[in-house]
Amino acid sequence: MLLSFAVLLLFQCLGEGLVFLFGFPVPGPVTGMLLLLAALLAFPRLHQVVEAGANELLRHLSLLFVPAGVGIITTAAAGSGNWLAIVAGVIASTVLTLAATALVLQAFGRRRDPARGDGGHGGGRV
Amino acid sequence: MFDFAGLTHFWVYLSASPLLGLTLTLCAYLFAQWVYAKSGMSSLANPVMIAVAIIALVLLASGMSYQRYFAGAQFVHFLLGPATVALAVPLSRQVPRLRRSLVPLLCALLAGSVTAIVSAVSVAVLFGASVQVARSIAPKSATTPIAMAVSEHLGGVPALTAAMVICTGILGGVVARYVMDFCRIQGDAARGLALGVAAHGIGTARAFQISPEMGAYAGLGMGLNGVLTALIAPWLVPALLHWFGR
Repeated sequence: MLLSFAVLLLFQCLGEGLVFLFGFPVPGPVTGMLLLLAALLAFPRLHQVVEAGANELLRHLSLLFVPAGVGIITTAAAGSGNWLAIVAGVIASTVLTLAATALVLQAFGRRRDPARGDGGHGGGRV
Repeated sequence: MFDFAGLTHFWVYLSASPLLGLTLTLCAYLFAQWVYAKSGMSSLANPVMIAVAIIALVLLASGMSYQRYFAGAQFVHFLLGPATVALAVPLSRQVPRLRRSLVPLLCALLAGSVTAIVSAVSVAVLFGASVQVARSIAPKSATTPIAMAVSEHLGGVPALTAAMVICTGILGGVVARYVMDFCRIQGDAARGLALGVAAHGIGTARAFQISPEMGAYAGLGMGLNGVLTALIAPWLVPALLHWFGR
């Protein structure tokens, strides 16, 4: 548990370091995630090391958003006068993104063997 | 006899230490989780939304500043970094699935990711949003730690982005069914991937309630869209704002 947490922090440090050194436009923790992904694919045994800490953190992922979410009370000023634009942007973009992603994948599915289950069948409804 | 003056002194002492912010965060979240469970895991009773509302009300009622609250809550906030790194673990489990139909999944992902950024920024600007708000809304479909980091990088307001991301997730979980039926989308792959790309973790949680297959595609969509948003938003958003003359 402690070891896996140390490994996660180590990869975050590596990510932050790369971003700092090379001026990547990608956030440090995201770079760290990509590095860890590459490491996990190269050395599958690393899974046993990071699994415990990673699962524990991801189990409580929602909790970690709470302090930032409370920050909304300080951003009322930044958002004021923009609420209509924010609501319209969020609603329109969410609906369009759902439709665009699903329609493109389904277009590929139709051209393939539907029995593979990549889009042809499976009747689950959201 | 109850010593009210002593109580006031105690409150002054307690609210000056990080202990209170941290305790408040954990207790509000545990209560929110209890409400979520009681509601039958309804997507409308999102635990993050409830916990944030409780804490915001406590802060406003007690006059405690956000900075003072955050002095305690920062210990929880800090864990977002390692948690983002930890997303590599479930993502690595999706790699075999990704290899099987790489081209269709990547095309759908790219379409969804670009649509999310372009439509959010465009609609917001057309409705008169400020540049700062347009930058904050751009990564709203990515998972919160990535969206906040991207927002900060773009010059937006990370806290405003966090609120938009959470609203997007809740909305996506609620409307997905109607959008999919309207577009005649069949199959767990397309429905799941769309939920993950458009509505990140909250959409993924929703997809897992339908079927493990849909949940797996949603998890894949969430992870890949987070990475892709972090990669393309820093170029796409300034270009888009420039095109709008902002």
